[in-house]
Amino acid sequence: MTSIDDRPQGLLDPSLLQDTLHTALRNGGDFAEVFVEDRRSMSALFDDGRVEELTGGRSRGAGIRVVVGETTGFAHTADLSPEGLRSAARAASAAASGGGGDRTVSLDDDRSPRSSAVAVLPADVPKARKVALLEDADRVARAEHDAIRQVTARYADSRRRIQIANSDGLLTGDDQVRTSFSVSCVASGDGGMQTGRESVGHTVGFELFDRVDVADLARRAARRAITKLDAVPAPSGEMPVVVGPGGGGVLFHEACGHGLEADLIAKSASVFAGRRGEVVAAPFVTLVDDGTMAGEWGCYAIDDEGRPAAHNVLIEDGVLTDYMWDHLRARKEGRDSSGNGRRQSYQHLPMVRMTNTYLAAGDADPDEIVADTEWGVYVAQLGGGQVNTATGDFVFGMTEAYLIENGRITAPIREGNLIGNGPDVLRDIDAIAGDFAMGSPGTCGKDGQGVPVGDGTPTLRVTRLTVGGTAA
Amino acid sequence: MPELLDIADRIVGWANDDEHVEVYAVHERETEVRAYEQQVESLTVAESQGIGIRVVRDGRQGFAHAGTLDLDVLAETLAEARDNVAFATPDEWCAVAEPDGVVPIELDLHRAALADHPTEAKIAAALELERLVADIDPRIVGIESAEYVDTIAESAVVTTTGIRSTSRETGCYLSVYVLAGEGDETQTGFGFSIGREPGDLDPERAAAEAVERATRLLGAVKPESARLTVVLDPWVSAQFLGIVGSTLNGESVLKGRSLFADRLGEEVAAPLLTLIDDPTDTAAFTATAADGEGLATRRNVLLENGRLLRFVHNSYTGRRSGGASTGSAVRGYASTPGVGIQALTLVPGTRTQAEMVADVDDGLLVQGVSGLHSGVNPVSGDFSTGAEGLRIRGGELAEPVREFTIASTIQKMLQDVSEVGGDLEWLPMHAAGVSLVIGDVTVSGA
Repeated sequence: MTSIDDRPQGLLDPSLLQDTLHTALRNGGDFAEVFVEDRRSMSALFDDGRVEELTGGRSRGAGIRVVVGETTGFAHTADLSPEGLRSAARAASAAASGGGGDRTVSLDDDRSPRSSAVAVLPADVPKARKVALLEDADRVARAEHDAIRQVTARYADSRRRIQIANSDGLLTGDDQVRTSFSVSCVASGDGGMQTGRESVGHTVGFELFDRVDVADLARRAARRAITKLDAVPAPSGEMPVVVGPGGGGVLFHEACGHGLEADLIAKSASVFAGRRGEVVAAPFVTLVDDGTMAGEWGCYAIDDEGRPAAHNVLIEDGVLTDYMWDHLRARKEGRDSSGNGRRQSYQHLPMVRMTNTYLAAGDADPDEIVADTEWGVYVAQLGGGQVNTATGDFVFGMTEAYLIENGRITAPIREGNLIGNGPDVLRDIDAIAGDFAMGSPGTCGKDGQGVPVGDGTPTLRVTRLTVGGTAA
Repeated sequence: MPELLDIADRIVGWANDDEHVEVYAVHERETEVRAYEQQVESLTVAESQGIGIRVVRDGRQGFAHAGTLDLDVLAETLAEARDNVAFATPDEWCAVAEPDGVVPIELDLHRAALADHPTEAKIAAALELERLVADIDPRIVGIESAEYVDTIAESAVVTTTGIRSTSRETGCYLSVYVLAGEGDETQTGFGFSIGREPGDLDPERAAAEAVERATRLLGAVKPESARLTVVLDPWVSAQFLGIVGSTLNGESVLKGRSLFADRLGEEVAAPLLTLIDDPTDTAAFTATAADGEGLATRRNVLLENGRLLRFVHNSYTGRRSGGASTGSAVRGYASTPGVGIQALTLVPGTRTQAEMVADVDDGLLVQGVSGLHSGVNPVSGDFSTGAEGLRIRGGELAEPVREFTIASTIQKMLQDVSEVGGDLEWLPMHAAGVSLVIGDVTVSGA
């Protein structure tokens, strides 16, 4: 099944898309859209000392929406025949009851740039080479230390071709290839078991492994688990927290990223609603969401509504400059989408989502930031988080962290969450270093939909965060 | 609806003599209505299907899945699964499940009333829910979402070893997420009601719960750090039990990733804890007669009076550990059968939450947690989550609190449970909730 249909013209014939839009607007409507997707994926899992399984996946279909006033009708189908599309278009149009009449749509193919310049399509790479990477990772991780008791390595690639046509006449498409690799280890010692994980993922093809050494990834995952065997209970309560380079992106994703999504702003479900133009952060904080960062996990040429990805400055020198927008919210405000309309698949409605969110580098020295911290916590790797955008309270996990005592990084600490409040934390950042790095690939969940996102930060310090450990 | 059994039979018929094939096919119809400011914000009517094909030959397995039941794709998917076989490492325990003689219990999980429910009525239900919330309390300043959702799901498993099972379920729920405000402050709360058919739903209750959860947090402060007795609300305890369930999973045990791997027969929890996974209990939202390999589900007692009795297994982990499947294969069509709890519950006590709170001198009622995925490690047992709730002082609910964490370890929390409430409630997840009193938990705040 490695043959991939390479028709450059897109997935469906423009005249079929045009007919489908007509059907969708048969009861009236302000806007109609057809989103077509064909996704092929492959993954290979190595666990418990053996290649457990290889999995191939295929999913294709179309999602059709019709917008009438404040109402959106949506239907999707895996049947891409003219009858299948017509039937889905009728279902989507059921929400519109204005009795519209005949509206003509003419589509104009914009030949938008195809996103990832992929050097080696993963589907063209023999499966045996992918499996060999897994075996390497297992061998290296186990050789790192005899306390390593279990290793799981996973390789995955996907190719997602999309096509979007809408009643504004837009006809466009994208071809998105992503490749990722992860290693998880379990180490066992006197104090029980500990885990260590490392992952890498980019919007590129198999050439990923020209620049990523899976052995190095495996060693780091193993060392992380080994280091934590000596971990002491994490402290409990408010203290300064230094986050290492690349590690802190999740912090901003949760502390303010979600709160700057226009759909939540419109419902006043964000502490940042109505605050454009105001100072919301320390003056050296500049936060950017950038879907154009070539090769990064959250990048693409066009979003899932056909809008080009963009470099969007959200906070500039501490001032809130703009929110992130999808087509629907932008249309209401009479402005352009910022290229942040995304969906998990053709089975989902698009909404405002982040892409690659990062904190711009500052000019402090990372070593001095630590040296200048008398007592606190140093977080080397974060492990996901969650936010309540309406209150601003957010948590993020630490999967590798240490105590800072008298300006020095000392004992590793056990895992746990940190909790803070977004607006407070933005004000409490008192140092940003120049050592910017992107973090690990992430999957951001919102309303039950997961999309790939990237993030990055330099070393930074927050003067006060609550560390959720058990030590007195 | 397509005939899933026919499709699965057909693919199994394509099997070669030297291989075993397992086909898992699903079909789902879903309607979702979201109301916002008394208009339909969105109406989604969706039909989806999928198929997962596993091929086993000489102790190796290969797998492929597709989100369609089109014949050309099915043939391609079988070919892909077959091609994947060659790359797996041989494993003497690898095989598709065999019929085990356990007769599935007839469960009444499908209601025609839901299938026949008109879309207009679904729209009306979402609008009514939103209206109800707005009328309860003037401090409700916004309703982020009010929705009605229903699903009709059907699945089939057919294997070359003679398994041929189907299941069919309906389910629906109402859920609402509200914003309460006073001055500059905003607090949030949610409420829901679940059922197998629209007549089971209780919109008043969903609305009232959401309003109470949000308004009672108004004025919340960050608590002082302390070690306290906590009372977990059913919504929170169900999530905690779900994590405990993941440590009692036969795959984690065999692969050296379970805290409790070597502890069968030992007292791992307080004696008042009896933990049962029973997908045949029709009260459970996730009840099902057949598991992901097509074997009959059954009642499995995991902890009895604090003693660890058994782990849950699918056919692979059961065989490899010298026993058999406990009917606990869990999966979607896009993955091979894993192992997991399906409908987990504690045997409840007798008292109400209010009676339990009255016995706590200095403590905290936890009404919500966040970051369970980021601050809990089921391998090491470290447990730390963000939380919100109400302080308990002298047996009475006192000031609301927020922006703090609760932390302990899974092992210690199970030993520190001092009471299980009588307020057992099935929730839209794989576990039931019940109020739990747990001593000596670290609260990290100011």
